[in-house]
Amino acid sequence: MNHALPVQAHGCRNAPVLKERGQREVFCGLTGIIWLHRKMQDAFFLVVGSRTCAHLLQSAAGVMIFAEPRFGTAILEETDLAGMADAHDELDREVARLLARRPDIRQLFLVGSCPSEVIKLDLSRAAERLTQTYAPNVRVLNFSGSGIETTFTQGEDACLASMVPVLPETQDEQLLVVGALPDIVEDQLTKLLSDLGISVVRSLPSRRSSEDPGVGPETTVLVAQPFLGDTVAALAGRGAKVIQAPFPFGEEGTTLWLRAAAGAFGVSETTFNAVTEAPRARARKAVKAAAQTLSGKSVFFFPDSQLEIPLARFLSRECGMQALEVGQPYIHKGLVGPDMELLPPETQLSEGQDVDLQLDRCRASRPDLTVCGLGLANPLEAEGLRTKWAIELVFSPVHGYEQAGDLAALFARPIRRREALAL
Amino acid sequence: MKLTVWTYEGPPHVGAMRVATGMTGLHYVLHAPQGDTYADLLFTMIERRNHRPPVTYTTFQARDLGSDTADLFKQTCRDAYERFRPQALIVGASCTAELIQDDPGGLAEAMGLPVPVIALELPSYQRKENFGASETFFQLCRHLVRPVERTPEVSCNILGPTGLGFRHRDDVEEVERLLGELGIAINVVAPMGSSPIDLQRLGAAHFNVLLYPETGEAAARWLERELGQPFTKTVPIGVGATRDFLTEVADLAGVSAQTDESRLRLPWYSTSVDSTYLTGKRVFIFGDGTHAAAAARMARDEMGFEVVGLGCYNREFARPIRALAKDYGLEALITDDYLEVEEAIERLQPEMILGTQMERHIGKRLGIPCAVISAPVHVQDFPARTSPQMGWEGANVIFDTWVHPLVMGLEEHLLHMFREDFEFHDEAGASHHGHRAAQPTAHEEAAPDGVSDAGAPILWLIDAERELRKIPFFVRGKARRNTETFALEKGLSQISIDTLYEAKAHYAR
Ligand code: SF4
Repeated sequence: MNHALPVQAHGCRNAPVLKERGQREVFCGLTGIIWLHRKMQDAFFLVVGSRTCAHLLQSAAGVMIFAEPRFGTAILEETDLAGMADAHDELDREVARLLARRPDIRQLFLVGSCPSEVIKLDLSRAAERLTQTYAPNVRVLNFSGSGIETTFTQGEDACLASMVPVLPETQDEQLLVVGALPDIVEDQLTKLLSDLGISVVRSLPSRRSSEDPGVGPETTVLVAQPFLGDTVAALAGRGAKVIQAPFPFGEEGTTLWLRAAAGAFGVSETTFNAVTEAPRARARKAVKAAAQTLSGKSVFFFPDSQLEIPLARFLSRECGMQALEVGQPYIHKGLVGPDMELLPPETQLSEGQDVDLQLDRCRASRPDLTVCGLGLANPLEAEGLRTKWAIELVFSPVHGYEQAGDLAALFARPIRRREALAL
Repeated sequence: MKLTVWTYEGPPHVGAMRVATGMTGLHYVLHAPQGDTYADLLFTMIERRNHRPPVTYTTFQARDLGSDTADLFKQTCRDAYERFRPQALIVGASCTAELIQDDPGGLAEAMGLPVPVIALELPSYQRKENFGASETFFQLCRHLVRPVERTPEVSCNILGPTGLGFRHRDDVEEVERLLGELGIAINVVAPMGSSPIDLQRLGAAHFNVLLYPETGEAAARWLERELGQPFTKTVPIGVGATRDFLTEVADLAGVSAQTDESRLRLPWYSTSVDSTYLTGKRVFIFGDGTHAAAAARMARDEMGFEVVGLGCYNREFARPIRALAKDYGLEALITDDYLEVEEAIERLQPEMILGTQMERHIGKRLGIPCAVISAPVHVQDFPARTSPQMGWEGANVIFDTWVHPLVMGLEEHLLHMFREDFEFHDEAGASHHGHRAAQPTAHEEAAPDGVSDAGAPILWLIDAERELRKIPFFVRGKARRNTETFALEKGLSQISIDTLYEAKAHYAR
């Protein structure tokens, strides 16, 4: 509805950011495994950690629906810590057992945790050794999902960054879309990009390791998720060019994202309009329905998935909401700068967290909608605030034109529900 | 190092959180990295609590390591005290903080806060959630209990309930009612429902009612030793156990065990003719030690089931469960490895599982009905209605819960008689289950022709296979397996219709 708003000079790109350092109420990077293992169908994620790590994975998304998932935790025990058992031997034994039971596994990720990092268990050494043992059937890589190094979605960044060095070299001109997206969204976006005339469009991560994309100097990277800083840097390190754009949330975001790719590949305005016109109209229409509920309402974001700034941009520009505070665990201007430029300059951005202070601010500002993690949602509801769980935004298809309406509806539903209930 | 897919218990600091969250006026400062804050959602989402757990995490990061994690801890303690003003503070470390050895207990004690500070030593790499809860409650008692006069009237404490406990909320309500009917006053219910100040007067009770040995026995033993308070040994789950419990309580209280059973319906429901079909149903029981033991007694004595497997995941209860299993002519399964449990169930082919949420998933996969009897919990285990496991109403609830997943008596016959009827085809399942009916699983159907589950080459002749498919889905897996075992024993390499029915006669009970 407000898609025609003029772009304000630099928006809140250079606005002061409230930096906080206190208790964070955010998952660690291990959580990324929950969606990565669904996306990468021949991969297994072996966390080397503690019972806490295993418990986090099983609790974070109520994921027990998968009878035997492609992730597990090698739980460190007293003997491993006391040096009585060689942790590397133990790991080799567990990996051997696992691979014998799961011959479908083609790539194995050893995932570091806080305990494995504190005891300085060198998983890169283990990954090299195991690669030699299991090549060419299984590729073994490692990354850290630890809570002392990574927050929530940074786990995906660490995972994808670990894959970059082993991607094949290519000299071909291609567009590489980076970020794990639900298959249906990936297919839609790839089709749009192909329709624009970009002949080779590849994705990282691919669904199977045999379909891994190559990378090289003729590769142009288009980032689909706003938390992939290390991955983008690693790809740039291999010679790829990186496009800057707002992220593809909502009609406007998706259009600007596609337009940036079109610009890099010299697609004409006529072609661009011909390809995007129909889906843009659909997206606008779908967003409009939900925006009726959202327009004029205020929203407060607790830091969680790193999607906060792009989503605040979508809600304020396309749904007519007022963003009171937009918190992110960290702000990487190289990624979210273009989204910041589109946010109204008075938006309060915050980085890091001191959850008790932030709760005080939230209560004081009485937002119509609070976007927060699962630990905070019910307590805030009980205080009379409407909430939207941030984690759902990471698990549901929300990118692109065809999902723009769904995305707006996710935010509208808690408000509509409250209006519907006579309690 | 041990590879784990699903865990029955969380780490011990989650047990400490269960104690703190059940209480009021207590705050827990936990030295832990940010990811460990996931534990809040166990209480706010699974248990639907409308408050955040009273826990402050230090959420130290890599850059803090080696420099100022100890300062960070102290600062966090100070801030948490200022903000929440608790009556007492518990402090401790999660698995990661245990490795950096900042000694939260020592640090906090040196700060001179004006309230009791209780340090928890919970070895994360050896022990688990139940131990954490038990140890925390025990330490709270040790530090807070004061010498007080006994109440003039006969009274007791109720020990063991915690936040996130399987039906603890409703069990307490039911047990309070039973005790009230005996004329016994309740002094303190703890840890859930009490504050540190309440714990100071635990000693006013004449004896203790221990509901959950997993979380309360260490404290109950200490109170017995220190204050001379005896405690109850029977957990009142089931008709017989509730009767025994009331007798035990009456003895301890010196009152007569006259009880009113008018609310109890299980005995009649289990005697009535529709329940005949429950006779000899083969059940596999797995859960925490207390609930598994109670379920075994109920299953055999009060439902008329045959217990074909029994086990628990908490090793602390290995000994009593092993002894109990022997009484049932079984070898107990003591393991916290979900795959081992699955393997045992697959081997035993029970007609029903009485287990945890884990076993519910195993059951789904194998097409075996399952009723949940024990933690670990799921949002479904916190129903809106009152739904105890203990006492008379608990027995009624359990009867319903266990019968629900099974196909009802008369319906079972109809399914046999009208196999070909469209309403009774496989996918229809039990009529009261709607779309969530137990489906014949891929596994059950997939025993590839020509190879039995045991891996031996056995050929199902086409007629026999067709006949097998006429057997209702909920017993077909067992029929297939029994027939194959029978054929193997007889040294047959082919299964005909005759083999099928000979096997049926052989296994007939
Ligand atoms: S924060 Fe660290 S210890 Fe906790 S679950 Fe995450 S990786 Fe494991």
